[in-house]
Amino acid sequence: MIVAEQKPLDEIKGLIAEAEKVLVLGCGTCVTVCFAGGEKEAGILATSLRMASKIDGQPKDVTHTTVQRQCEWEYLDAVADQIREADIVVSVGCGIGVQAVVERFPEVWVVPGLNTSFMGLPTEQGVWEERCAACGSCILGLTGGICPIARCAKQLLNGPCGGSQNGVCEISKELPCAWQLIYDRLKSQNRLHLITQIQPPKDWSKSRDGGPRRITREDLRLAAEASE
Amino acid sequence: MSGEHLNGYKAGSHLERVLRAGHFAVTAELGPPQAADGDVIRKKAALLKGYCDAANITDNQTAIVRMSSIGAGAIALQEGLEPVIQMTCRDRNRLAMQSDLLGASALGMRNVLCLTGDHQSFGNHPTAKNVHDLDSVQLVQMVVGMRDKKAFQCGEEIKGAEPRFFVGAAANPFGDPFEWRPYRLGKKVEAGADFIQTQLIYNIERFAEFMENVRRLGLHQRVYLLAGIGPLKSPGMAKYMRDQVPGMDMPNELVDRMTQAAEGIDKEDKKARAAAWRDEGVRIAIEQINQLRKIEGVAGVHIMAIEWEEAVKLLVEGAGLYPRPEPASIPEADAGLTHE
Ligand code: SF4
Ligand code: SF4
Repeated sequence: MIVAEQKPLDEIKGLIAEAEKVLVLGCGTCVTVCFAGGEKEAGILATSLRMASKIDGQPKDVTHTTVQRQCEWEYLDAVADQIREADIVVSVGCGIGVQAVVERFPEVWVVPGLNTSFMGLPTEQGVWEERCAACGSCILGLTGGICPIARCAKQLLNGPCGGSQNGVCEISKELPCAWQLIYDRLKSQNRLHLITQIQPPKDWSKSRDGGPRRITREDLRLAAEASE
Repeated sequence: MSGEHLNGYKAGSHLERVLRAGHFAVTAELGPPQAADGDVIRKKAALLKGYCDAANITDNQTAIVRMSSIGAGAIALQEGLEPVIQMTCRDRNRLAMQSDLLGASALGMRNVLCLTGDHQSFGNHPTAKNVHDLDSVQLVQMVVGMRDKKAFQCGEEIKGAEPRFFVGAAANPFGDPFEWRPYRLGKKVEAGADFIQTQLIYNIERFAEFMENVRRLGLHQRVYLLAGIGPLKSPGMAKYMRDQVPGMDMPNELVDRMTQAAEGIDKEDKKARAAAWRDEGVRIAIEQINQLRKIEGVAGVHIMAIEWEEAVKLLVEGAGLYPRPEPASIPEADAGLTHE
């Protein structure tokens, strides 16, 4: 899932300073699961902003609503009226949600209420960890299913670096060394030969370095045309 | 310049010739200043010249901005000290690295050490973006490919003079997973590294164990391995290395020896204590050089006396490694001599 965190309240207050009618727009998918921007969090944020604006002597009209998925336009259309009525929409969806609103409602001013952090999973109650950096050419098959792009602080393909010690990464004792994990897993499965080969330089053009990415599936486009 | 005239030498650097002639090599380290101050390099070069076969010029070490290794290396060359240009993967992508390699080669530099680089969070620009387009193994491959295949990393031919470097890489015998370290070294050798400089060694026993595994893989016959040595300045430094530096193995025994060195000296006499510690640090380092020399597969030492360049002379003389050899220059190709 996409993991995000709410921005500090003061930053959001700054973003909405000029507006009077504010809509906090939650999303029912990833950010609900990571407790950052679901129905409940959107409601709490709306209340906080309302109270804060009162304390500041300029009470704002702050409402909130949540759609099932902000990153698909159809779901946004269901709340089109509320979006259009607001001076400003504080999207507490991920960065994709924010932009989906922007693209669907060009006339509306939209600001983010979250910092979208990474793609990951919850590892224990209240803890989320990054697992994939969407590099565009997955090498998990060579690394025992543990991603060195997202999980090694230096994105090494022929790791581990010299700073790996006692299982943790040189940058933090809280962070497992991805290459220690890869080594342990491949060793336990008798597959260390997978990492004795030199991994050639990565083709970063498939990653964000190649510019914004786009996937076109002709089969689906044709199918859509046929059904029209 | 082209490889054909080198008579089998990879780059013909002084360091390469010393090693090829079978001498026990000595390299040192020169840290460039955090300013555009060329005289700092000249002063340090004067302290090292004659006491080592080549000096590593660090590349923004510990992620702190310093004069570039190639810039400082050019000054070292002018001073008659052969540089080993360190190059990390942290700050530059493959384009920048290759263009810097062309420049360094054109300036007459003949050794390069390929490194991953410390993470930027350790340094003075922790909010910087890091690059890591290549890793150190891939960097070795690229530098070797530019030299031996006359090709850029993309495969395109280098149409003029190719950069010729004696290519080094680093190894940390004490990083984890310990059993994997010789294999990681093997990857660097496979990538084409000509020499290896190790991380600081204080635990000789554990290093000997590492070398046993290196020999088992036959790597000592394919690469020149220079063991890392660093004289201790104080018990505080020893403790810091034991407790704080990732990938460092500092035995308690050495911390104790450093502490005992100043026993009996008045606590107020800071100068005398510092001198006693440094004397002990030099003594320990000399003992260690002598122990390392006996380990099969160790082709030399790499002395890292950061901000204490004077110590290099003491260590080299103390270990009987002075004067440094002057190997013959590369024989002319038509002299009928053959190498490899
Ligand atoms: S290798 Fe790339 S695609 Fe695969 S998990 Fe890692 S970042 Fe994601
Ligand atoms: S310690 Fe491990 S995870 Fe951290 S940078 Fe080095 S190889 Fe990567």
